[in-house]
Amino acid sequence: MAYPGGQLSEEKVFKDPVHRYIHVRDKVIWDLIGTKEFQRLRRIKQLGTTYLTFHGAEHSRFNHSLGVYEIIRRIIDDVFVGREHWDHSERLLCLCAALLHDLGHGPFSHSFEKVFRIDHEDFTQAIILGDTEVNAVLRRVSDDFPKKVAEVIAKTYPNKLVVSLISSQIDADRMDYLLRDAYYTGVSYGNFDMERILRVMRPREDQVVIKRSGMHAVEDYIMSRYQMYWQVYFHPVTRSAEVILTKILHRAKKLYEEGYNFQTKPIHFYSFFAGKVDLQDYLKLDEAVILFYFQQWQDERDEILSDLCRRFVNRHLFKYVEFNPTNEQMTKLIELTSLFKKAGIDPEYYLVVDSSSDLPYDFYRPGEEGERLPIYLLMPNGELRELSRESVLVDAISGKRRTDHKLYFPADFIYDFSTKRTTKKKIIEILEG
Amino acid sequence: MFTEHAKVMKALAAAGEIVGRKKLQKMIYIAKKLQFPFYEKFDFHFYGPYSEELTCRVEELCNLGFLHEVKEKKGGYFQYRYTLTEAGEQFLNHYDIKMPHLQECMQDMNEQNSRFLELVSTVLYFEHLTKEEVKEKVFLLKSKQRYTEEEIEQAYMYIEKLRAKVKNEVHA
Repeated sequence: MAYPGGQLSEEKVFKDPVHRYIHVRDKVIWDLIGTKEFQRLRRIKQLGTTYLTFHGAEHSRFNHSLGVYEIIRRIIDDVFVGREHWDHSERLLCLCAALLHDLGHGPFSHSFEKVFRIDHEDFTQAIILGDTEVNAVLRRVSDDFPKKVAEVIAKTYPNKLVVSLISSQIDADRMDYLLRDAYYTGVSYGNFDMERILRVMRPREDQVVIKRSGMHAVEDYIMSRYQMYWQVYFHPVTRSAEVILTKILHRAKKLYEEGYNFQTKPIHFYSFFAGKVDLQDYLKLDEAVILFYFQQWQDERDEILSDLCRRFVNRHLFKYVEFNPTNEQMTKLIELTSLFKKAGIDPEYYLVVDSSSDLPYDFYRPGEEGERLPIYLLMPNGELRELSRESVLVDAISGKRRTDHKLYFPADFIYDFSTKRTTKKKIIEILEG
Repeated sequence: MFTEHAKVMKALAAAGEIVGRKKLQKMIYIAKKLQFPFYEKFDFHFYGPYSEELTCRVEELCNLGFLHEVKEKKGGYFQYRYTLTEAGEQFLNHYDIKMPHLQECMQDMNEQNSRFLELVSTVLYFEHLTKEEVKEKVFLLKSKQRYTEEEIEQAYMYIEKLRAKVKNEVHA
């Protein structure tokens, strides 16, 4: 079935707490939303373990994907249409790429990618190009349409303006997740005037630029991004949950490699442990499946695995102290590692440093020429100026680097003086010192 | 812990001094493609493969005082120069990272200009394609750089040269 005319007989709408309504007029979009690969995104939380810190953060990648689609639809249909540099024949491609940009995300994908050395973007490509319902829908547009959608998402599509709408320093993806994550976490500082930004966006040959008159709205967006980074995405409690999750996966993998006899066999993980994940295995794994295993593994005989799972399921997380790896601190870390071993607490799983560079989020940096494309303001005389050169506010926050390292440990184990009292006292001395 | 930081420092120590963030990005990407065990995730950006993780890592190393960053004005923009500090050298002593032939490769790459390294990294990014398809990609995606067929051939030869240096002796 092709898409003659391509339009639905009647517009469909989704009620959305961030954009109020998400409008669908194109049949291909409606059909993509109905595919099993897209529906799977309902079972993957947008913010992974953040719900353990901000209890409202239960929203899914499904919500976010629809949101990104809606933002792109508004930019194209309300702002870009008829403007110079904008090729309206790219409209459907942009909408599909926006909707599908996160399709390959797996459950708690950040931890999964680190432990199993996989990349969700490879799976996005595989779903779009492989033997899937999504591919079948896209092929109804044209034989080469799936390839084009995959190229836009991989940022290798020749029309760079199209790519920049989906992925740049001020793109629909970032705008939706900042607003949506702020809404669901309940924080106020993630908000900015998106409607205003959309109105001042202008297409250029290679990228989207912002009219100078809209600079203050963009300043708000940059501030929001900065605040969300430090207050939500990099919250130390969320990182604690992430650390435990990562250690569970490491432990399960190690036990599997050692031939441990699991009471609940990790069938869904076998291909991940073996480093040979095929698409069908990947698509079977969602957060419900992962949490089922964690629930079951609380009763495993392996004490480390069961303890870590109990911690995750019951939100009994690790505590932390600030840690900067100076020479002195590194010596302390070596000493701590040895004391942990002496106390019978395996440092491999219970003494963990986490750094800001371990996180898949960023804040705005103008960078150096040729490093990464910055945000450009379109001046009244037609000249383009990098944002931080015009905005004192952006210059102030993008010029100052801020990074963070924390050392995580199970305080309940350390403060349990029923065993190894002297060693644990020494550990506390170092941690509190 | 901090092993990935230490690897980046090791690469910088091997190169001596790297001028330009773009150059640093491309050198680490090329090293990763040569099978040196760097785990920073790279995506294709406007100027070729780019890693936000690497940018953050370098920022952290500067904040920790392990890397010295000099910001220089060059024409209408800024350029950054990186070297390892004494504190960085001390930190690196805590790690026993073996990456045979890294020094030869980093020094060789450091002698190339960033425009050429951008081309080499782009060729490597698309190396799963045929040479003709890679050329097409370069001409399409890098049209403003105006790379010639000859430069692309040189990039292929350069990749072979680096691979010959590494042979099969890179270990994780």
